[in-house]
Amino acid sequence: MGSDANDGLEALEIELLTQGIFRHYGVDFRHYAYASLRRRIWNCVHAEKLATVTQLLDRVLRDTDVMERLLLQLSVNVTSMFRDPSFYRAFREKVVPLLRSHPFIRIWHAGCSTGEEVYSMAILLEEEGLYDRARLYATDMNEAVLAQARKGIFPMSAMPEYTRNYAASGPKAQLSDYYLARYDFALFRQALRRNVVFAHHNLVTDGSFNEFNVILCRNVMIYFDRELQGAVHRLFHASLRRFGVLALGRKESLRGTVHEASYTELDPVEKIYRRSA
Amino acid sequence: MGRAVVVIGASLGGLDALGVLLSTLSASFPWPLAIVQHRSAEDVADTLPLILQRRCALPVREAEDKDPMLDGHVYVAPPDYHLLVERAALALSTEARVSLARPSIDVLFDSAVAAFGASVVAVVLTGASADGAQGARLVKARGGTLLVQDPATAESGVMPLAAIAAAKPDRVLPLAALGEYLNRLAAMRG
Repeated sequence: MGSDANDGLEALEIELLTQGIFRHYGVDFRHYAYASLRRRIWNCVHAEKLATVTQLLDRVLRDTDVMERLLLQLSVNVTSMFRDPSFYRAFREKVVPLLRSHPFIRIWHAGCSTGEEVYSMAILLEEEGLYDRARLYATDMNEAVLAQARKGIFPMSAMPEYTRNYAASGPKAQLSDYYLARYDFALFRQALRRNVVFAHHNLVTDGSFNEFNVILCRNVMIYFDRELQGAVHRLFHASLRRFGVLALGRKESLRGTVHEASYTELDPVEKIYRRSA
Repeated sequence: MGRAVVVIGASLGGLDALGVLLSTLSASFPWPLAIVQHRSAEDVADTLPLILQRRCALPVREAEDKDPMLDGHVYVAPPDYHLLVERAALALSTEARVSLARPSIDVLFDSAVAAFGASVVAVVLTGASADGAQGARLVKARGGTLLVQDPATAESGVMPLAAIAAAKPDRVLPLAALGEYLNRLAAMRG
């Protein structure tokens, strides 16, 4: 945490850094939420053993290895299986019945990171008897985390927490039914990803690529500013079938966004919305 | 002075301490207040704001991402999210725990210093961790105001003592006196 520079100077340096990265690499952090982006930038400055944001700009423009490390640091990849168990319970109770009438279900998991929540949804759909007519498109801007997601291998040390989460999500089996314990790792059953497509997609720069029954984007847009959130909401609205379902994080909302009036609330606490217009 | 923000960090024993502190704040308190109280990630019943509301004349609510930060409103960090402040709005983050905590007091204080500079008023209350000490140092380094609960009156004095060791507080006071001091500070500068 380096706050020794004055406000104005720090804000200018951060603007120059995101501008420089965008101009040189085409990766756009210019509309990320400022307060948390600033923290992650300082974490990079310190990890690279530098003193200022401007020094980081100098390094990042000249060294692609630094850029790769920065890309990982600036995108947030903290996630867990069945994060917010009450969301999965609400999904079973309120969304699954809507999906039953569809012969084919397309789900877009936008910003899937290392895949924990994708496997959670696959397990849920399997238990509800919907998996075989579903296809899950799990996307992220970051190839490194996608490679990890494709493997479906998570640390054993996380299993107690995931097992508790799962148990509170209204399950029909045991979480351990879905993985093999191998030393320090839990290998999730390959069959869970038979209908999952992991693919690269950047919400900031890429457009719509299909029409979905469900879009899941939980705790991703909290890292975007209002303007970028608006653009992503337009993208989701254009990618969602009429009466399709949009799920945000528990502490996000459609309030004040461009498409506030285009949705009705399916679950106001879990922030599950249904497209109505 | 212009617009200020009050940021408050509490851990073990914080529920009672926050209740006392908030109950002494004037109903016309002019600045927004943002609170990090350490609690279990599974505490999703959202009861903390309700409990605090019963003791506070100002509106209390759990923070949502991008909520506008209104004067005289009290915002509480939701469990399992970091709470950050910008000039006019709140921001949340699910980034890794900082010193084992999410929400982290240091993260809140750091964001407040970046957005409000010397106009930050930071308050460190009872707790059994050292969270907030690093943030307290940043607040003082930028000329902000640091208030610490008198460790002798805290349910756990560890967190107040850590803050006092990291930076020189403007005042070290028992809870009710902290509230009164905030009222006077706001009356003078607000």
